[in-house]
Amino acid sequence: MANNRIPSGPNTPGSQQTPTQQGIKIFIQRDYSEGTAVKFQTRFPPELEDRIDRQTFEFTMERLNEHFEMAETADCSTYCEGCLACLTAYFIYICTETHYEKHLRKISKFIATQNERVYNPRGIHITDPILRGLRVIEITIIDVPNCQSPTGNSTTSQLRHT
Amino acid sequence: MASRRVTRKWEVFAGRNRFWCDGRLMTAPHPGVFALTLALICGTCALHFAFDCPFLAARVSAAVPAAGAALCASTLAALLRTALSDPGIIPRAAPAEAAALGALEAADAGAAGRPPPRAREVLVRGRPVKLKYCFTCKMFRPPRASHCSLCDNCVDRFDHHCPWVGNCVGKRNYRYFYAFVVSLSFLAVFVFACAVAHLALLARGAGLAGALRASPASAVVAAVCFLSVWSVLGLAGFHTYLASTDQTTNEDIKGSFSTRRGVSNPNPYSRGHACANCWHVLCGPLAPSLIDRRGVVSADARDELPPRFAQVLCVPPGAPAAAAGAPASPAGPPAARCEAAASALGGSYSNLFEGGEAARHAYMNHSLDLDPVPLQEVCISVGAGGGGAGGGGGAVAGGGALSASRLRLLHDTTMIDAALDLDEPDPPSGPAHHAHNAHNAHHAHNAHQAHHALHHAHIAGHPPALALAL
Repeated sequence: MANNRIPSGPNTPGSQQTPTQQGIKIFIQRDYSEGTAVKFQTRFPPELEDRIDRQTFEFTMERLNEHFEMAETADCSTYCEGCLACLTAYFIYICTETHYEKHLRKISKFIATQNERVYNPRGIHITDPILRGLRVIEITIIDVPNCQSPTGNSTTSQLRHT
Repeated sequence: MASRRVTRKWEVFAGRNRFWCDGRLMTAPHPGVFALTLALICGTCALHFAFDCPFLAARVSAAVPAAGAALCASTLAALLRTALSDPGIIPRAAPAEAAALGALEAADAGAAGRPPPRAREVLVRGRPVKLKYCFTCKMFRPPRASHCSLCDNCVDRFDHHCPWVGNCVGKRNYRYFYAFVVSLSFLAVFVFACAVAHLALLARGAGLAGALRASPASAVVAAVCFLSVWSVLGLAGFHTYLASTDQTTNEDIKGSFSTRRGVSNPNPYSRGHACANCWHVLCGPLAPSLIDRRGVVSADARDELPPRFAQVLCVPPGAPAAAAGAPASPAGPPAARCEAAASALGGSYSNLFEGGEAARHAYMNHSLDLDPVPLQEVCISVGAGGGGAGGGGGAVAGGGALSASRLRLLHDTTMIDAALDLDEPDPPSGPAHHAHNAHNAHHAHNAHQAHHALHHAHIAGHPPALALAL
């Protein structure tokens, strides 16, 4: 009705930051422009500018959104799963993992790999959004000594997540 | 073995829900009425199986008890599933996230010394939707979520809090609830029909009085079913309508998508087709539970970070000093920190933005890549609304601005969600608005003030909308 409305993405600030004892934290907000399905804003937070290039970050966010979209899409198999659950009085959910949970595991794995290969060596850590109720993606930035150089990366990243 | 030594997340859960079986099951705080529902269903079914079924199985068909058992089992399964599962609770914001939001809000308000806006507006498929700030959960509620005052949680796609099933009905358990209502209505009709058939067959030989004397239990069952079947059938019909239009009871009651003053306001969440909506609501992908009830609480938030990060963050020897004063993290010189954000919220967030005012502005403008004007407009109008309330009652302190803490106090003491509700009721038309003004002058009640203050803000925030309405 009124024309002073603002589209969701750009209006709600895409990221907020707070420096605490735990390093700077940036929060990437949800993008509701296409409904209530889980989707995060892909805008590049300026705090990351001197640490990582825009394409890499946007690639991560887009892949993440794709994963969530797949988790939320209702294709034939999901509907069959839903119907089967309904017919078994929902007891099937006790013994099997749902379509969504399978994708959430993939997402966790994806974030872990990205952290290990790309972000952690640059002093950035992305927290799995499921740990924050799928509301925000929390990005922690800290100054890790001796890890800005690409050469030091391989050994240290192999030490972690083993 | 070691399960008793760890603390699980349900034990430290912030809401008022009650948990059972070490966090596997959960209900609302007072599941008394749920026990009544369960007793009523079980009792009626027991009478049915004890008195009607043997007679009908012998006289009519053995399929009668089988059908009754199947209906009863599915009803109870759906009821238990609705009552004991997570309705879609949205976990509260962690302190760091809340602080970041607070800093942003304070920065918005800081320059002008006004309270921050309590609602954001986003476009969902081209339709404006307000995201209201939840003081308890410290976040802007996602679209369709609402705070349940009984359970003290925000619930996604909140339908209603149902005392009969002893739980909220929301995104995750709506399908179970719908299955419960539908199977219960079938069950009630079936049991009623059986009881009546029993009585009718007996009455054929002995007359009605004789039949009642021969099987008083059937009369009781018939009476209970007759009384409940209407409301249950009505509810099933209503929820079928809601599911086919992808609405919630909450939205239907508020009339969120009803036509207002000739302006149609279609539901942005609808998939356009009744069958598609039903399919999606009842058989679509089941959202995961976000509260991780059985997860183990870690003592330190740093545990989530990789070990090397945690090490670095542990290191600073002057950590207590850092906590009290300047943050321990790298950033611009302390002198350059934004001090302007101090005013409205008592300066508690003043050290949360680094790199000074200029950096913050650059950042803000960068991230709001459309014009930031509307946001400011909302901010200013809320301030103006606060001023109006202060003038109206004189009870609000100082320069007439409603502080954030005061609003929160109002909210907590009155428990009136509507007092902070920017969405409902609609912006009133002219005469109603004046009436509200007069009303405001006479009422010194806090909740009224807050409501009206925000009401004014709402009107002021949307001059074009009001103009359209007039």
